[in-house]
Amino acid sequence: MLEASGRVYAFYRDGFRRMTLGKTLWKIILLKLVVMFAVLKLFFFPNYLNTNFLTDEQRADHVMEQITRQADRNN
Amino acid sequence: MIDVDFSLVNWSRAQFALTAMYHWIFVPLTLGLSFLCAFFETIYIKTGNEQWKSITRFWMTLFGINFAIGVATGIILEFQFGTNWSNYSWMVGDIFGAPLAIEGIFAFFLEATFFAVMFFGWDRVSKGFHCFSTWMVAIGSNLSAVWILVANGWMQNPVGMAFNPETVRFEMENFAAVIFNPVAVYKFTHTSSSGFLFASLFVLTISSWYLLKGRHIEMAKKSIIVASVFGLISSVFVAFTGDEAAFEVAQQQPMKLAAMEGLYKGEKGAGLVAMGILNSAKKPGDDQDAFLFEVKIPELLSLLANRKPGSFVPGVDDLVYGNKDENVMGVNAMMKKGQLALADLASYKKAKKEKNDVGAAEALTRFDVNKDYLGYGYLSTPEEAVPSVPIVFNAFHIMVVLGSLFPVIFAAFLFYALKGTLTEKRWLLPIGLISGLLGFLAQQSGWVVAEVGRQPWAIQGLMPVKVATTNLSTTSVQVTFFMFVAVFTLLLIAEISIMLKQISIGPEGH
Repeated sequence: MLEASGRVYAFYRDGFRRMTLGKTLWKIILLKLVVMFAVLKLFFFPNYLNTNFLTDEQRADHVMEQITRQADRNN
Repeated sequence: MIDVDFSLVNWSRAQFALTAMYHWIFVPLTLGLSFLCAFFETIYIKTGNEQWKSITRFWMTLFGINFAIGVATGIILEFQFGTNWSNYSWMVGDIFGAPLAIEGIFAFFLEATFFAVMFFGWDRVSKGFHCFSTWMVAIGSNLSAVWILVANGWMQNPVGMAFNPETVRFEMENFAAVIFNPVAVYKFTHTSSSGFLFASLFVLTISSWYLLKGRHIEMAKKSIIVASVFGLISSVFVAFTGDEAAFEVAQQQPMKLAAMEGLYKGEKGAGLVAMGILNSAKKPGDDQDAFLFEVKIPELLSLLANRKPGSFVPGVDDLVYGNKDENVMGVNAMMKKGQLALADLASYKKAKKEKNDVGAAEALTRFDVNKDYLGYGYLSTPEEAVPSVPIVFNAFHIMVVLGSLFPVIFAAFLFYALKGTLTEKRWLLPIGLISGLLGFLAQQSGWVVAEVGRQPWAIQGLMPVKVATTNLSTTSVQVTFFMFVAVFTLLLIAEISIMLKQISIGPEGH
C-alpha cells in the first residue's frame, strides 16, 4: 500500500518536474484561481442571500417578498 | 410594473452572456479535441507508427492549452448566480444542486485522475493504459457536460418538480424526469456533437495552415483525414439532433420557434425560411409584412414542428393574442391566470404571517389551480413574452447555413486527402483555414438561439428574468462587467499567443 502510494507520488512529482509548457499553463491556472477566488468572489461576488440573511427561513421570506411584490401592483 | 431597474436586468444578462460565451470558446474544443486525441492515439496503438504518436502528442498539447485556459471559467457563472440572480438561485437550488454536484464529482475523479496519466504518463505507463486514460478524459469531459446541460434543459422545460411555497423553492420530485427531460437529452446530444464538429474544424484550420505553408505535410494530411471523418459523422448527428431539438422547441417553447422562423401569423402547412430579410419595423399584432424578402421551403416547418405536413404552426401573433380556431391560448389569457396565481401566493404569504393556517391552506389550493402560469403574472404586456425576433431569426439561420456547409467542407477535404491531391487544391485550403472561425460563429449562434430565444424567461413560463435578478445597484454590475471584459480579454490573448507559438513550433515541440 505504502509502496503504491510512493509510486503515485513519484509519478506526479516527476511529471510536474518535467513540465515545460505545462509550467506556464499552471502559472496561468493559479493566477486565474487567485483572481477568481481571492478577488472576484471575495470583493465583488458575495452570495447575496448568505451575506444579508442569517437563516434559511429569513432567506425564504426575503425571496417570497421579492416574488410576490408584483401581486400588489396587479391589484 | 415591477420595482426593478430594467437596465440592471439587462446589465446582469449581458454579464452572464459575456461569461457564458467566453466559457463556450473552450468547452466545445475540450469536448471534441479530447475524442480526436483518443482517435489519434488509438491509431498509434493499432499501427505502432511513431508518426501517429507525434500527431497525438501535438493535438494533446493544444488540448492541454485550451483546457488550462478554459478551466474554471464556468465557476464565474456560479458566482453570478449567487450575486446577480439570488432569487432565481434560491428557487432552483434544490433542482440544480444534484446535477452540479454530480458534475463536480465526475470532473474531479474522471478528468483529474486520468488527465495526469494523459500528460505525465507517456513512456511511464503502458501504451494501452495511456490510451485508456485518454479515452477516459474524453468520456469524462463529455459526461461532465451532461449535468450542466440537464440544468439548462430544465430551465427551458421545467419538469419533475413541485413548487414548495414553504421553502419558496422548486423541489425535485422525480430525478429521472429531470435527467431524461427530452429538452435536456437533445440539448446534450446536439451541443456535444456540435463540439465534436467544431473541434474537427479546428484541426482542419491548423492543418490547412501547415499545408499552405508547406510544413508538417504528412502530419497535416493524416490529421485532416481523421478530423474529416469525425466531422462528417458529427455533422450528420448534429443535423439529426438539431431536428429533434427543434421539434422539442416546437412542443415546449413555441414562441421561440416562431421567433427562429420570423413567423408572425400561424399557418397550416407552414414553410421553412431558407433565406430571407426580416422587416425590422414589424411588431406583433400589426399588419406589416414580416419579411422584405424570403424564400421558403413549403410544408417543411409544419413537418419539423409537428412531424405532420399540413399541420398548424402558431406564429407570434397567435401565441400572444390567442387563436380560438386552432385552440391556442394567448399570453393575454395566461397573464390573467398568472395574476391569479400570484395573488393567491401573496394571500398565502399573508395568511402564514398572521398564523392563519386555514386561510393559508385555502390560498394554496387556489394557487395550485393556476400555478403553471405563475410567470405570466409578472408580465406587464402580452408583447413582453416575445423575444427579439431579428436576433433569434438571424442567429438561427446563420447556424443552419453554416451547419449545412460544414459537411460539404469535410467531404471535400476527405475526398482530396484520400485521393492524395489535397496539397494541389489551393482553393480549398483557405476555406479550411477559416473553417474554425465559422465553426466558432455557428457555436455562438446556437447559444444565442437557445438563450435569447427563451426570453423573457429565466425558467420557462414560471419566472421571468426581471424577477430572477437581485435588486443591486446597476453600477456594481457595470463595474464587474467591464472587469470581466478585461480579464477575459487577457486570458484570450494568453491562450491565442500560447497556442500560436505551439502551432508555429509544430509537432516536434510538445
